[in-house]
Amino acid sequence: MSRILIIAEHDGTTLNVATAKTLTGARAMGVDDIDVVVFAADPAAVAGQAAELAGVSRVLSVAGADFEHPLAARLAPEVAAIAGDYSHILAPSTTFGKDLLPRAAALMGVNQVSDIMEVIDARTFKRPIYAGNAIVTVRVPEGGPVVATIRTASFAASDGGGSASVEERQPQASDPGHTRFVKVEGSDGEGPDLSSAPIVVSGGRALGSSDNFAIIYGLAKKLGAAVGASRAAVDAGYVPNELQVGQTGKIIAPDLYFAIGISGAIQHLTGIKDAGTIVAINKDAEAPIFEIADLGLVGDLFEIIPELEKAL
Amino acid sequence: MVALKRVVDYNVRVRVKSDGSGVETDGVKMSINPFDEIALEEALRIKERGQAEEVIVCSMGSADVQQQLRTGLAMGADRAIHVETSGAIQPLTAARILLKLIEKEQPGIAFLGKQAIDDDCNQTGQMLAALWDRPQATFASKVDIENGTATVKREVDAGLETIAIDLPAVLTSDLRLNEPRFVKLPDIMKAKRKSLDAMAMDELGVEPAAELEAVSFEPPPKRGGGKMVESVDQLVSELKNKGLL
Ligand SMILES: Cc1cc2nc3c(=O)[nH]c(=O)nc-3n(C[C@H](O)[C@H](O)[C@H](O)COP(=O)(O)OP(=O)(O)OC[C@H]3O[C@@H](n4cnc5c(N)ncnc54)[C@H](O)[C@@H]3O)c2cc1C
Ligand SMILES: Nc1ncnc2c1ncn2[C@@H]1O[C@H](COP(=O)(O)O)[C@@H](O)[C@H]1O
Repeated sequence: MSRILIIAEHDGTTLNVATAKTLTGARAMGVDDIDVVVFAADPAAVAGQAAELAGVSRVLSVAGADFEHPLAARLAPEVAAIAGDYSHILAPSTTFGKDLLPRAAALMGVNQVSDIMEVIDARTFKRPIYAGNAIVTVRVPEGGPVVATIRTASFAASDGGGSASVEERQPQASDPGHTRFVKVEGSDGEGPDLSSAPIVVSGGRALGSSDNFAIIYGLAKKLGAAVGASRAAVDAGYVPNELQVGQTGKIIAPDLYFAIGISGAIQHLTGIKDAGTIVAINKDAEAPIFEIADLGLVGDLFEIIPELEKAL
Repeated sequence: MVALKRVVDYNVRVRVKSDGSGVETDGVKMSINPFDEIALEEALRIKERGQAEEVIVCSMGSADVQQQLRTGLAMGADRAIHVETSGAIQPLTAARILLKLIEKEQPGIAFLGKQAIDDDCNQTGQMLAALWDRPQATFASKVDIENGTATVKREVDAGLETIAIDLPAVLTSDLRLNEPRFVKLPDIMKAKRKSLDAMAMDELGVEPAAELEAVSFEPPPKRGGGKMVESVDQLVSELKNKGLL
């Protein structure tokens, strides 16, 4: 029996593109049957979107008032309860998948494969370790399901055009009550999404203040780009934490990435290894970012950016 | 209870052995996993606020991990537990061992790092919470404790999520939770007198989980050598040539 189950990530109304990327990873495993499960307070809309993805066989739609916020303690037993029908259980390697899937894997009694970046066969995968300084090929032992998260920067989103059936299912577990959602604070959601934008403009410690960071937002707007940042810029409070790119921030793969006033620490580079073209602007010609940049320009960002905006 | 993993120091640029059998760790600087140091710092602050009586550090691995446990004791932990394993262990086995220690020690909080920077798995805390059947608050960047409840701000892709969890529970630390204190020389001396219990994994009656098999290791693909441009105009024309603008 070879069947894959993908746990859908969504915000209650829209399917997250990370799910379509996970599907591409799943399709590389050479397994015919791929189901997607949607846990939501009102799953109809999201289930409909999942059913349109090419390559999906069935969508399982599970409604529960206590699914309004994706709490791992609530969802992991649900995942484990339906996992018995599947050889593979997958989720995107986003904070949603990273929080939930290991909890479900432990209930199933297996180790998880984290951050699959390449599929060799249905049980053999490549994944990064040591902040991407090494790639290991791992094989999942027989005798248990493959439980894995998919590194979304490594896979393109699957196309639409599918027409899977949607089956309604009942919740199998109940709310343990010990974990309660309070609130989520995010940026205003203006501009394109950092995780999926084709162009990203990132600023580092060199910006010096949140007021100065406006120059990065200005350039991003002109380019239709999303804004990112180094950890140093986030820690200094120039921008909110969800803009952090890197090992402990977001791993992204835009077509074009601007690293502006960012030195190029290994932990930052881990987040942009799969970018198409990397442009570095830094006043220090020796900055390590130039070793991996496709196009480098040495100079003061406060002079270069206004000039660049004018030239665009 | 805080789990400290001994890992290659984060400043070391790790290299894959030329025969692809692993990564070079001989003679390389080893440290406490940075996230675990942050977890310990937070535990010490919770104790200093009078909200915990004792901070226990524990580690699993060869006898070498006792170095990191001593550092943890020097930072201020009260006592240490070393669980000796034959070779490296993977997250599910680590979680099973931690569960045994929890059953013995009955901590109010099991504090782990969100991820070990060697295997980058990001699993053990979540697995422990499942086996213990208790709440988890992963990727914590702020922790407030009151009346048996922890209110935790978590770093998620959308921003900062706040959840409230009943204790006992598992917490995993993110980088912005705090800045760990430096160890002072007198504390290193004092730490030598603190208790460090060692026991074998088998003594605890832990059944190891089926491990993922590491088939081979390779260095990451190199990005092609870049090109320096002299001016903004040249940059813009290069980008136009590539069809990116
Ligand atoms: C476990 C761990 C995880 C981490 N995770 C991440 C992560 O996910 N993401 C991340 O980014 N970091 C991460 N870090 C931190 C990382 O090691 C670096 O400290 C950080 O990336 C540095 O940010 P920066 O390049 O903005 O700052 P700096 O290293 O200070 O670099 C600033 C750069 O700006 C240049 N500059 C200054 N003024 C100007 C000017 N006027 N014009 C042009 N250039 C100028 C300087 O030459 C310098 O190169 C992590 C660290 C650890 C230990
Ligand atoms: N061998 C170990 N010894 C002590 N703690 C560990 C060990 N393995 C994992 N941990 C803890 O689990 C966390 C997450 O590890 P991982 O799931 O491997 O990324 C680490 O930050 C540690 O707190």
